[in-house]
Formats: sequence, C-alpha cells, structure tokens
Amino acid sequence: MLSLLAAFTACGSSERPRLIRLQGAGASFPAPLYGRWFKVFNAAHPNVQIDYQSVGSGSGVKSVIDGTIDFAASDAAMTAEEIERVPRGIQLLPMTAGSIVLSYNLPHVEELKLSREAYTGIFLGKIKSWDDAAIASANPGVQLPKLPINLVVRADSSGTSFVISQHLSAVSEEFAKNPGTNKMPNWPAGTRAKGNEGIASNLKSTPGSIGYLEYGYAETQHMPMASLQNKSGAFVRASTESGQSALKNAKLSADLVGWNPDPAEPASYPIATYTWLCVYRHYDDAQELEALRDFVHYGASEGQQFAESLGYIPLPDDVRKQVIEAVDKLAPGKTVASSQ
Amino acid sequence: MPTNHQTFAQPPSARQRVLDQIFGVLTRAAAWIAGLLVAVIVLQIAWKAVPAVREHGLSFLTGTTWDPKQQQFGILPQIWGTLYSSLLAIVIGGVLGLCIAIFLSEGFLGSFAFRVLSLFGAQHRRWALRIPDRADLLLRNLVELLAAIPSVVYGLWGIFVVIPLIRPWADWLHARFGWTALFSEPLQGPGLLPAVIVLTVMILPTVTALSRDALASVPPKLRIAAYGIGATRWETMLAVLLPAAKRGIFGAIVIAFGRALGETMALAMLIGNANKISLSILSPANTLAALLANSFPEAGPKEVPVLMFAALTLLLITLVVNVFGALIMSRAGVEKKA
Repeated sequence: MLSLLAAFTACGSSERPRLIRLQGAGASFPAPLYGRWFKVFNAAHPNVQIDYQSVGSGSGVKSVIDGTIDFAASDAAMTAEEIERVPRGIQLLPMTAGSIVLSYNLPHVEELKLSREAYTGIFLGKIKSWDDAAIASANPGVQLPKLPINLVVRADSSGTSFVISQHLSAVSEEFAKNPGTNKMPNWPAGTRAKGNEGIASNLKSTPGSIGYLEYGYAETQHMPMASLQNKSGAFVRASTESGQSALKNAKLSADLVGWNPDPAEPASYPIATYTWLCVYRHYDDAQELEALRDFVHYGASEGQQFAESLGYIPLPDDVRKQVIEAVDKLAPGKTVASSQ
Repeated sequence: MPTNHQTFAQPPSARQRVLDQIFGVLTRAAAWIAGLLVAVIVLQIAWKAVPAVREHGLSFLTGTTWDPKQQQFGILPQIWGTLYSSLLAIVIGGVLGLCIAIFLSEGFLGSFAFRVLSLFGAQHRRWALRIPDRADLLLRNLVELLAAIPSVVYGLWGIFVVIPLIRPWADWLHARFGWTALFSEPLQGPGLLPAVIVLTVMILPTVTALSRDALASVPPKLRIAAYGIGATRWETMLAVLLPAAKRGIFGAIVIAFGRALGETMALAMLIGNANKISLSILSPANTLAALLANSFPEAGPKEVPVLMFAALTLLLITLVVNVFGALIMSRAGVEKKA
C-alpha cells in the first residue's frame, strides 16, 4: 500500500520529491518529544510524513518484530532474544532520556524525602503507614499524617515499570529476588492503574497515595515529587542536571544499550534511563532509509534543544556522536530474509 | 364483508412466492451466521489457548500469582473478583432496578402528575391530558439513557466523583465494622466498593427496561381481577403481578449479570487491578476482563496463549451463567403450568 502510494506520487509529479511515509509505534514516554520533532522535521522536509502511535514500549517492539511498522520506540530497549527474531536486524538508537519520579498525595506535606530503605520498603509492601520511622527519620520537622500508604503501580506492561523495577532490584536484594526486573513486575503491594494518566488520576483522588510517573508527565501535571536518596546517601530531586549526572556513567554497549541502575555520584538522581528508537538494519527502500536517517540526524542534533523544556534529559555529546555513527551504518538493499 | 372476499383470499402470486422464499433464506442465513460467528470466535480463542492449557492445565485456574517474569500464571483472584463484583452488583442493581420497573409499570409518576394537576383543577384541560403519560415516558427514557453513557466515562466518574464521595463512609465502616470480613481492609482508593457501585448503575437500565416490559405485558385482566376480589395494591403487586412476570424479570437479571461479568473499561479503571482474594468490599481486586484489557496490548508471544486461556475461562463462566439461567427459567415455566 505504501509503495503503491509512493509510486503514484512519483508518477504524478516528476520534479517534486515523492511522498515518503514512515510508520512508528511504541513508548508513550518520549511521545511528546518525538511529536515535536516530527512537526519541526516535517516543516523542513515536507515530503516526509512520520506517523507515531504511542501504544507502549511492548506493543511497539511487538510490531517491529512482526514487521508491520518502519520503526519502534522502547524504554526497555529490546532483549537479545527479541532482536534475534528480526531477520532484517535491529539497531537501537538512544534518542533521549528521562527520569522516573515518585509522586505522592499527602495533604499539608510540602516536601518529602525518601531514603533508600523507605522507598524500597514501600514498594515491597513492608512500610504501610506514612508515620513509619523509616520515612519520618529523613523528614525532620515534617508533620507526617497517620495515613495508610496507598501504593499505585502500573497495571499494564510498561518501560517505566521496567526501569523502576531495575533500580529497585539494584538497591534491594529482596526486591531482586521477587518481583525482580520486569515490564510488568508482580508487585507485592498496591493497587494498579493503566498508564501514566491512570496513576496520576489515582494519586489525585486518593490522599496518602504514592506512585511512579515519568518526570516530564509529572512536571506538566504539577504533581509533587519526592527527593530520593541515591547510592552516595544524598537526597536528590529530579531535574535535568541530576538526570544527566546519572546517565554519565551509563555505559553503552556496542548495540548502544545500557543503563545505570544505581548511580553512585552524589549529584545523581537515582532513577534515570535512556529511551530508544528501534530501527531495522536494512530497509528495502533507499529513500525511506534516507528519510529515517535524516530524521535521526535531526533528532540527535538540533532536536535535543526541545528536550529540557519538555522534561527530558538531553543526550550527552558522545552519545549523540555514537547515534549518528550507528545510523549512518544502516544499509539499503534487499533484506536478508523477507519478514513479511 | 362478502364484497371484499376476493381481495384477501387469493393464492399468492409467483412473485410473492419467490419473495417469500428469498426472505426465508435470508432470515435463515442471518440466524446461521450469528450462530456460526459465536462458534468461530470460541474456536479461535480455544485454538490459541491450547499451548497454555497444555502447559498450565488446571493449576491455571487455581493459582493465585500472575508473574510474567517467572512465567507463573494463575487466575483464581481474577475469577473471584469477576464473580464477587458481578454478584454484588446484581444483588443491589436487581433490587433497585426492579423497584424502578414497578414504579414505572404501575404508573406512579403518572398518578402523581395527575394529582399535582388536579390541585390546580387543571387535570381535564386539553393541554394537561397527556402530561401523566409523558412523565412516565420521560423517566423511562432517562433510565435507559444510562445505557448510552460510554464505559470510560463511567470509569472517570468513578475515580473523580464516586471514590471521594464514599471515602468518609468507607472509613467509618472500616473503623466501626473492621472486625467483620466485609470491611476488614481500609479503602485505599480504587477497590471493589466503587467498582460495584458504578457497575450497579451500569446494569440498571438493562434490569429496569427488561423487567418493566415483563411487568407491562402481564394481562391487565389479572390486575383488574385482583382488585376485584378485594386485594390491596401491595397484595396485587406481590402475589399477582410479580409472580406472573417472574420469568421475564429473571431473564432480565441473567442478562444483566452477563453484562456485569464482561464489563471491562470502567472496572479496569476502578477495581484496583490487585491480584488478591479478599471478602472485604473495601479492598482492591481484579477481574478477568480488566486483566485482559491491561495485559493484551503489550503481551509477548508467551503471554498471548495464557491470556487466551483467561478469555476462554471468562467465556465459560458467562456460558454457565446463561445456561443456568435458562434452566431455572424453564423450571419456573413448568411450575406455572402445573
């Protein structure tokens, strides 16, 4: 259908470049930033139209494996096992990064600090009340209510859950054993809601609740965010700087995949992650590949300027370079084995 | 009228016969397609569930953990939550819906409007004649309009209106009656109680419309005869009208129960999606439909068969409920004849 449309436009007007449509789907986390990029990119390249559906990381990965889209986006990258199932090969490209925050609803509490012990205890269902000593000791002078803690976690499979469960597993051995790192962990406590918006609405309607949100989302919704204690013992608020500091030591593999599940520097916010585009290593259509390459070049360079205002962490310079090198290696030409 | 005799006692023309036949074939085909569709859907779900059935077997139905990481899948909490929430909703919604149906079929609102009009001596004015009927019709349509509200709107209403509204009551119930199993846990936010309340409202139009129809189709002579032998309104209602309409009312409840079992979106937003089994109506729970809605969009190749198995279970539960309902109804029919 796509190629037919493309062929039609190519015949119709010989001097104008043909219309190229790219279909993407995946993570909802970077969707606002990608949306902005598509708009600006489309203004400069009117013949390239990129559609993106923010259906969730897992869904995007599923579609890219099935070959029904041209690229996917995922917060949890892709596992080696998943990449193996794609005959055309997959290149992962970190495009932006973000933090995950713990947002809460506590009447009359302006600032909340959570120690490592406190927030792992909450997620393990061991700390059940807001006036627990583990929470109170980090918040001297704060009148903590005697409310039961209502933990809200994601009900759907999500990259956000993957990243926070990875962090909690790095902090707590008990968490690593059960539930462990997963896109849909079997949380031992809490009620579950679908999507960031589900968590946010539950937080807003229930005093005494706490849940995890993407930083950008929490920021735009003006949700309160707790300062978290990092590995060095310092309490850090989520911000662009603290996120950048956390990612500085996230070593990227040859596939450009990597995390820093528990950053050690005092200035680092503990839970930050890259988010990836998953593109094929081969595209049948050279022009399609060209358009995609242009887009990635744009995103990794000029596009980064929008990151901060939308609540994302701009990529470090060396990562940008690596992304551009990687995307330049993508090859046109026939697929190794047809995936359709 | 002998003069018109020929006009309506003619054998059908060839054209009419062909049309009749075409119409007959069409109706038969439509009926078969509907049946076939159900069969195809069930078979396809069952087919895709085969790997999961083989791997997990009965332990799938009795297990209580849902953990994609450990590849452990059990849906007992979801089955429990589905049945518990639907049962509670049908008990509350059934009573409430039946009351509304009686109110409507007895024309209480109409007679009230009539009385108000007669206060002003206006009951026989031409413009006033239709007001009582119109009032009944208005209320009926309002109740049926509840069925037109989208599920997701009910969910939002539940989160932002119902939960804050019931929180003080729920806290009081937990504080006073926390020792009973029903209120043993505090209301965290989303949970069974808000889910059941919203579910009740959602099934209300089904119960009301169908049982009103059943009550309205009771032959008027029964009512007149009951009044004629000196029965009061109460006696007429309880001893004559309700028993006469009981099959229809029961049918309404079975259909509404089926709807409650399968309701997805509003419940996924309100029930808390926590996989636990608790008698407490204040604790969060999960339902099969909510599990499917939450897990399907991102299900991997290993989870799809498991989810299909869960879907099959839900189908089976609905089927059992319907068969059970049909059996009870047919027994009620036999009793009536005897």
